[in-house]
Amino acid sequence: MWAELVVIGGKLLVLATILLTAVPVMVWVERRGAAFIQDRLGPNRVGPMGLFQPIVDSVKLFFKEDVTPAGAHKWLYYLAPMISVFVALLTFIVIPFGDGRDVSVFGTPLGGLMVASGLEVGVLYLLAISSLGVYGIVLAGWSSNNKYSLLGGLRSSAQLVSYELSMGLAVLGIVFATGSVQLDQVVAAQAARLWNVVPQLAGFVVFLTAAFAETNRLPFDLAEAETELVAGYHVEYSSMKFAAFMMSEYINMVTASALMVTLFFGGWTLPGVHLTGWLGLIVSHLVFLAKVSCFMWLFVWVRWSLPRFRYDQLMRLGWKGLLPLATLNLVWVAAAVAMKWTWI
Amino acid sequence: MVTAVFLVAAILAVVSAIVAVSHRDPVFNVLSLVVTFFCVAVNYALLGAHFLAAAQILVYAGAILVLFLFVIMLLGAPQTGGDEVKRPVQKSAGLALAAIVAVGGALLALTLKIAPAEAVPAANTQAIGRLLITTYGFAFELISVLLLAAMVGALVLVKRKH
Repeated sequence: MWAELVVIGGKLLVLATILLTAVPVMVWVERRGAAFIQDRLGPNRVGPMGLFQPIVDSVKLFFKEDVTPAGAHKWLYYLAPMISVFVALLTFIVIPFGDGRDVSVFGTPLGGLMVASGLEVGVLYLLAISSLGVYGIVLAGWSSNNKYSLLGGLRSSAQLVSYELSMGLAVLGIVFATGSVQLDQVVAAQAARLWNVVPQLAGFVVFLTAAFAETNRLPFDLAEAETELVAGYHVEYSSMKFAAFMMSEYINMVTASALMVTLFFGGWTLPGVHLTGWLGLIVSHLVFLAKVSCFMWLFVWVRWSLPRFRYDQLMRLGWKGLLPLATLNLVWVAAAVAMKWTWI
Repeated sequence: MVTAVFLVAAILAVVSAIVAVSHRDPVFNVLSLVVTFFCVAVNYALLGAHFLAAAQILVYAGAILVLFLFVIMLLGAPQTGGDEVKRPVQKSAGLALAAIVAVGGALLALTLKIAPAEAVPAANTQAIGRLLITTYGFAFELISVLLLAAMVGALVLVKRKH
């Protein structure tokens, strides 16, 4: 039992470290990427190619004055960023990062970096925990005692609630095709047949769009539309509390990318590659990392290429565009499963 | 280990349930209800009912209480609770009822021999799904019609004002 606890604790530590390191790296990628797209240089003074810029930035954020606005609901004002980061970190433990079935440490099978490998509600756990993320944003918007942040918080929560539905329906298609809600089974099923993106392209499009909306990224960043709402729900936050919101946004981006890879792009598998032991462990993690990186770049690429939607357009797209499309995808997958087409 | 987790979750659930009905700030009421639901979900998970735990968080904490919070914030919750109305009758009646339930529950727990929860078979998500559309199919459909009727009713009530 103790060896098990040590292995799980070690995995959690490694996972949290990777996620928290991914944030400054992504900030750097985003700023350099934005500069690349807009034909400028971007941060290039601190370290090689400006690589140490995020470190300097985070030191700055640590030492900035921490302002609590007068009339803020103090307790909730402090609680909101904590909820955001907590929820963002918690969603990650069920995602299968790689193959480690035949590798063991202290007599305990390692099973890759995935922490809750045996969790039989897999996808449902993810949906449940990520649905809690809306509290951080609503409470931040309300407790700041500022009309801009209240509007931002309300917008964002309406957006989250609307797009969660389409996202859930898109995931349901995967569950239909796999016959299981466990994420490692989803990966195994894709390795045995086709990647889910081929038969369920519509589902993937819905999931991708909903992922952009769920992470509050452009073109759906109406919660923090600068030109109308200053900065939205986190307008009153400064110092590390502001950084906490940024951190949760980037961690959510990593989660969304990892989910897209796991659900639609075969997870850590590559067609035709079957490695075992430590080599399989390392290669599968690297494959996963490479696939996730592609989606992370997509997030940056889209952010600096598309303009922002108007609020009524956002709602129309969510309810009249994505929801019917997700339902159609579900009907198609259900029909295919009923016909016993094994290739799907 | 399991007992320790259960004790923490159970005590937290009871304490936050008390806060949910006794705190003056409506926002705190809703938030402590979220904590209660979360702790109840932890207890479901300890019993092996993982699906129930996930559904509990997804539906209650993630959807219904968000709507509660929405309504409270949009209607402008009083931040200090200035104009408090005293309701002596309701208060004493509520306390009496709580006492009856507590004593009755304790008596039941002492007298009834409740068998420890059996280990649930591994793939219970599948089993629940099958039960919902076979054995309890009629009840399941009935509930969805009921919810639809409630939704249509709400729409009719809202439309009438305009």
